Amino acid sequence: MTGPATNKPVQEQSDVTIRFAGDSGDGMQLTGMEFTRTTAIFGNDISTFPDFPAEIRAPAGSLAGVSGFQVHFGDHDVHTPGDAVDTLIAFNPAALKINLADVREGGIVIVNDDSFGKTDLKKAGYENNPLEDGTVGGRKLFRVPISKLTKEALKDAGLGEKQMDRSKNFFALGLVCWLYGRPLEPTFVWINQKFGKTPEVADANRRVLIAGHAFGETCEFFHSSFQVAKATLPPGRYRRISGNEAVAMGLVAASQLSGKDLFYGSYPITPASDVLHNLARYKNFRVKTFQAEDEIAAITSALGAAFAGDLAVTGTSGPGLALKGEAIGLGVMTELPLIILDVQRGGPSTGLPTKTEQADLFQAVLGRNGECPVCVIAANSPADCFYCAIEAARIAMKFMTPVILLTDGYIANGEEPWSIPTAASLPKIEVTHPMEPNGNGQGPVYLPYKRDKNLARPWAIPGTKGLEHRIGGLEKADITGNVSYDPENHEHMIQTRAQKIMNIANDVPEQTVVGPQSGDLLVVGWGGTAGAIRSAVERVQGQGKSVAYTHIRYIHPLPRNLEQVLKNYKKVLVCELNSGQLRYVLRATYLVDAAGLNKMQGKPFMISEIETKIHELLAK
Amino acid sequence: MATDALPQLQAKDFASDQDVRWCPGCGDYAILAQVKKVLPELGIAREKMVFVSGIGCSSRFPYYVNTYGFHSIHGRAPAIATGVKVANPELMVWVVTGDGDGLSIGGNHLIHAIRRNLDLKILLFNNRIYGLTKGQYSPTSELGKKTKSTPFGSVDNPLHPLSIAIGAEATFVARTIDRNVQHMGEVLKRAAAHKGTAFIEIYQNCNIFNDHAWEYATEKDTKSDTTVMLEHGKPLIFGANKDKGIRLNGMDPEVVWLKDGSVKEDDLLFHDEKMPEPSLAYLLSRMHYPDFPEPIGVFRAVDRPRFEEAMTAQIDEAIQKKGPGKLDDLLNSGDMWVVS
Repeated sequence: MTGPATNKPVQEQSDVTIRFAGDSGDGMQLTGMEFTRTTAIFGNDISTFPDFPAEIRAPAGSLAGVSGFQVHFGDHDVHTPGDAVDTLIAFNPAALKINLADVREGGIVIVNDDSFGKTDLKKAGYENNPLEDGTVGGRKLFRVPISKLTKEALKDAGLGEKQMDRSKNFFALGLVCWLYGRPLEPTFVWINQKFGKTPEVADANRRVLIAGHAFGETCEFFHSSFQVAKATLPPGRYRRISGNEAVAMGLVAASQLSGKDLFYGSYPITPASDVLHNLARYKNFRVKTFQAEDEIAAITSALGAAFAGDLAVTGTSGPGLALKGEAIGLGVMTELPLIILDVQRGGPSTGLPTKTEQADLFQAVLGRNGECPVCVIAANSPADCFYCAIEAARIAMKFMTPVILLTDGYIANGEEPWSIPTAASLPKIEVTHPMEPNGNGQGPVYLPYKRDKNLARPWAIPGTKGLEHRIGGLEKADITGNVSYDPENHEHMIQTRAQKIMNIANDVPEQTVVGPQSGDLLVVGWGGTAGAIRSAVERVQGQGKSVAYTHIRYIHPLPRNLEQVLKNYKKVLVCELNSGQLRYVLRATYLVDAAGLNKMQGKPFMISEIETKIHELLAK
Repeated sequence: MATDALPQLQAKDFASDQDVRWCPGCGDYAILAQVKKVLPELGIAREKMVFVSGIGCSSRFPYYVNTYGFHSIHGRAPAIATGVKVANPELMVWVVTGDGDGLSIGGNHLIHAIRRNLDLKILLFNNRIYGLTKGQYSPTSELGKKTKSTPFGSVDNPLHPLSIAIGAEATFVARTIDRNVQHMGEVLKRAAAHKGTAFIEIYQNCNIFNDHAWEYATEKDTKSDTTVMLEHGKPLIFGANKDKGIRLNGMDPEVVWLKDGSVKEDDLLFHDEKMPEPSLAYLLSRMHYPDFPEPIGVFRAVDRPRFEEAMTAQIDEAIQKKGPGKLDDLLNSGDMWVVS
């Protein structure tokens, strides 16, 4: 596939970061996603970062209402949505104000000139017109009367003013497609699918898209357009995937691989709701989605489903995880398999619902009453969410334990290309339910707490004749599972439950590093920061520095060789989007003097931030 | 499951190996005995039954019944039972709760389980006190009640379990009394036969922290004047000599005397548990001692689709339309491209 022919000079670039920004009603998410789709089909590696306000519609033109969508694409492996923005499309003064600082020197700023009137400027808090007072600095500014040109393109379409104005994002899309040599055909197809029911809207969008493209081609503003060559991804069939899509598919895969029906209990919460939305569509996979009355019912219904033999999952974000704490404890006490998905967002309390953060690590590892260990794993990219969901299910059912799966708003909503695996390449998950009594002939015939070699208890499910038994939240007597207040038994059971979780470390891969096996510095990351950290370390390695990188997926228990890995380096740097939670755990567990790079702005790391910190540590 | 193959079980077959640990004299014993007596008569295999409870004295119930059981956390039994029932609709799921567990900490789950009309049998033991935490007032305690946490009397307006259940769109609502075991047995059987959520309030005496709470309704010399037995299609008549009735005066019930002939039976309020609208059931649930005799029996029994059946039907329909889901098809969806 090639871009439309162009007669203007073409510049080659290896990677480009574009940000669309406007009012939340301007259709920026739609525009960004459609550009991403086109770009992925074109064959570039991509990474995206939608950034939208928590309010559905903040006042028009206000700073609070600015919605953005950033896409980074390139001809090589792209690990992050990009640090500095190469091209900003700002639909109004507020969007310019919020995003201008992120545009690199020499970068392009395209504005909708029609929305820079006096009132618009005032709403954004500009006293003077920033397009005229040097605010834009050393960046290339293109003032395009997008609203006017959109109306012009639609003058004989028989649409009202408002209707015409709604198509203006397609003008920007057409313009950017021209600028980066993207074909328009995929968007035509998509417009037909999306707006097929309202042909006049479809037609308007198509016309405006073409008008935007033609404007780029003919207008004197642009002296050249940019080409980003196709990425050299390994051969195979690819699709775009977001973390929330990947989790949903991973859970369905786990259901198929284990032969267990999937039960997903959830209460709507940003940014986890899309997992519920996706799973609700998969009814022909026998997926049972249950929109519960609250977070507690979401998890307790899942526990009930686990007791009855389903692959049970509950999904939420940080505030919901807090509400689920007591029920997670019940899952630990009753030793039922359960996955708790936490798509992290900025906290505490309601915090920053639509922004990303990694500050639920303590809560996941430690946040319950009593000695209450669970397995905690963290996905490191949108596609990795797929494999982590399967792994969480495998561990939960093999070890009969709740497993907390941490993702975050950044990888949940961000997208990347994914080399699609075949179902046959995914390992089966073995699950057995006892059908016969396991007693020794004395006392009760079925012993619900008689454990296997991993210390997991058997999972007998209601409906099985002769294995009737009772479980609950009171302390259990070893083996029989009867209620017990015996002091020695309590201590024994606490230790047994903890040891069972520690045994998981023997069942998962050892920690590996990228780079030298020992040296000056080991950079440690976890969760959705993988792309930025990896890119930064690769850069520093390219400068000949003795720096290695490791990304921890198994947060609890930690990998069995991790202590040795950490101690192979003179210095350790833990990068995380919190005040140092993993660093705290590593220091406490291994007595290692780890340094931290910590960011709490509701935004992902920039590669340059990490690079700077690495240099700073190496220089010390 | 072919029920004809079932061995004939008895009440003792439903006793677990655990010692029952309620206080001597507790009303819970009578309820446990009656449930164990009724279960073998239902024609359902023991392994197909699940008892789910929350926290409180009543919630120890599952430990004493030899079926599958889940003694969970405070207030959450209806939600856990929902998961059990949705995961396996073939199971018969009982919820055992109390006035604190079901109406205070778990009030939200209770109303939502009821409105969904899952096929659950919910037994709410109402003793109008917190027993397990040793004697604080509960959401059903009367105004002015003096307890450990209300030494000057409760200023907390009580709510009424059946009014809540009816307001939450319950399809089966009944009230019975721990001391009237025969009636309890009949109501339990009716609840078991009902398709959908069956909600039963059981007046239960806590002889340690709230003794005599229901004395007016249980003692021989008062109960015929303080309670009225509901019978479908029959007028509401009560009193030791069957000489009093309930008549509607506009929208309000009133007590009338039958003996002087000025009021005939036909003038009385006739009970109809099948009324599509819950107004009558609600009105009955608002009749309280001492102004009125309190209705005992089945207030409401109507049919409405069950949540778990509707969910199963959607799944079956999706499979019929699209065929059983194939993982490869799911993975290979959306925008795809090939890198060669």
